[in-house]
Amino acid sequence: MTPHATPVGGRLWTPSVQLLSGILGISLIVMLWRFVFGLGATTALNDGYPLGLWIAFDVVTGTALACGGYGVAILVYVLNKGRYHPMVRPALLTSALGYTLAAIGVNLDLGRWYLVWKVPLYFWHWNFNSALLEVALCIMAYMVVLWIELSPAFFEKFQDSPIGSLRRVSRAALPILEKASLWIIALGLLLPTMHQSSLGTLMLLAGARLHPLWNTPILPLLFLISCVSMGYAMVVFESAFSSIAFKRTPEIKMLAGLAGAMVPILYVFAVLRFADLAWRGRLGLLFAGDGRSVLAALEFVLFLAPTVMLATRARRHDLGNLVRAAMVMMFAGALYRFDTYLVAFTPGAHWSYFPSVQEILITLGLVSVELMAYILIVKTFPILAGHPAAAERQAV
Amino acid sequence: MGISRRAALQGMVLGGASVAGAATASAAERPEAPSDAVGLLYDTTLCIGCKTCVVACQDANGLPRDPAGIDAKYDAPVDLSAKTKNVIKLYVEGGKRSFVKVQCMHCVDPACTSACMLGALQKREHGIVSYDPALCVGCRYCEVACPYNVPRFEFAKATPKIVKCELCRTRLAEGREPACSEVCPRKAVIFGKRSDLLKEAKRRLAASPGKYVPKVFGETDGGGTQVLYLSHVPFEKLGFPTLGDESTPSLLRSIQHSVYRGFAAPAALYAVLGMVMLRNRRAGPGGEP
Repeated sequence: MTPHATPVGGRLWTPSVQLLSGILGISLIVMLWRFVFGLGATTALNDGYPLGLWIAFDVVTGTALACGGYGVAILVYVLNKGRYHPMVRPALLTSALGYTLAAIGVNLDLGRWYLVWKVPLYFWHWNFNSALLEVALCIMAYMVVLWIELSPAFFEKFQDSPIGSLRRVSRAALPILEKASLWIIALGLLLPTMHQSSLGTLMLLAGARLHPLWNTPILPLLFLISCVSMGYAMVVFESAFSSIAFKRTPEIKMLAGLAGAMVPILYVFAVLRFADLAWRGRLGLLFAGDGRSVLAALEFVLFLAPTVMLATRARRHDLGNLVRAAMVMMFAGALYRFDTYLVAFTPGAHWSYFPSVQEILITLGLVSVELMAYILIVKTFPILAGHPAAAERQAV
Repeated sequence: MGISRRAALQGMVLGGASVAGAATASAAERPEAPSDAVGLLYDTTLCIGCKTCVVACQDANGLPRDPAGIDAKYDAPVDLSAKTKNVIKLYVEGGKRSFVKVQCMHCVDPACTSACMLGALQKREHGIVSYDPALCVGCRYCEVACPYNVPRFEFAKATPKIVKCELCRTRLAEGREPACSEVCPRKAVIFGKRSDLLKEAKRRLAASPGKYVPKVFGETDGGGTQVLYLSHVPFEKLGFPTLGDESTPSLLRSIQHSVYRGFAAPAALYAVLGMVMLRNRRAGPGGEP
């Protein structure tokens, strides 16, 4: 698949990994607390705001940030831009980790998590009108697809394993995966198209309780477009992070190319969003001066700022600038999702929600696992392409 | 490369269209109440706020008392909650006042059942929106969906359930009427077939012009409800949302169905994606033009 991908190598139990495990440890205690005493004892969730940080961030924002695998796959396999191929594996890894963590986040949020196995298995009870069912099934399936897409990286390592059975399985699996790869990748493109748009459809069911600044029938389309921009941003960020953390030569040319592809996507999002507000006669709400109008206006600023930051060739080839633009882009998409799920939801003035310390700690724990798993996997398995800039011991 | 790019574009357009189709699709099905639909008719001009129905509901549903007040000695639920499926509220503004009974509206086309992944909430016999905890994973999407903010969740428990009025369906099965309407001393809330209740409501409107706001809430609101209301003060003052005649789920069905009907669009997109990639693979990586 990726001929030049190699394990980064180096020490695994580094100070950063130690710190991340510490955060995870605290988070695990809070998770236990949540499962023993319930959601009321540990979260700020209530009957007015039944969905909170875990859904808005861990699931809705987390999976969108994990759309790098989707975005890069479109570029490489559909648009046939083979030069981006070295980005596929790292993007798939962040995607697989992001979706896996989102799945864990969902199970923390589900009040009756012990029945969740019924969702994929009780197919005769499936309610096909439920956008949430589609999201749930698609995310479960996509998580599996992502790990299958990524599995050659593990099998390539294990085909030289001293353990005989592991070696045999790996050597048998690789050619099968190579043959099936195309149809697995196609599934890996179809599933996010379906569920990332349905994440938008989901909130439409709130009907009149969804604020008109966000309540539009094109919500699914806006969610789909923004997940691509967030996914690309994550790839840029992750690539820059790896180049600094693991002292690899940054793939500036490739990142600049990606940045060029992102600009039109951001424009399309902003123009569609603006045109939709105008079409529905809701533009005035943008200038209402209340908190919601400020946030909606901020979304526009954040979506459009990177188009200026990445306007010239020189700026696109400046690594620092690329990282800043990527961060703005991630923040733009995250804000849009938070706004749609929490700010735009108006259950009534007597309800309020702000995440509890426990909710925040658990979310931090999930992010820590993700970072830790990323560091450990790229050190052990052939994920990253390119050559180490220096052979000395890694800093992270 | 030219060919593959065209095919790729076709794929993207198809994918985009399947999503954008959502925006233009017209409303598909508009369901009607089943012929054996039952419900309640509540009349604000008859209710004296005695709250007998609140206590009767607690007893009939095995719910605990919900004490409030300074020393928490007065059973006075202030809102629907994990302990309360039926509550009487009071609206006062200037010289105007009105009681209002709040419980599940048993929508004709409910958003909660549309949300529910495995159909834990479902319109079952007599069109009653009933709850089967064995199919509920506790996602609380029903709470997001309900325009009346009716379903409540047992946040305080480690093994929580959704709590909502099920129109005393177990009593109905025994040939008895719901507890709230049975005990009402003023017949402010009455039980019956939805069609009969609607006729009765219109009869009252016609018999006393000027007494009521000239509207039966629930006849068409949000696609209609099986619990109907007559009021002498504007409905929005009583906390009712202003809803169109079309239910939110019917709009969503038109989106979901136009994209996913027969799974044709996803299957087509999958096939196109596969073919584009097959062609790309044969052509070799395009890379830089």
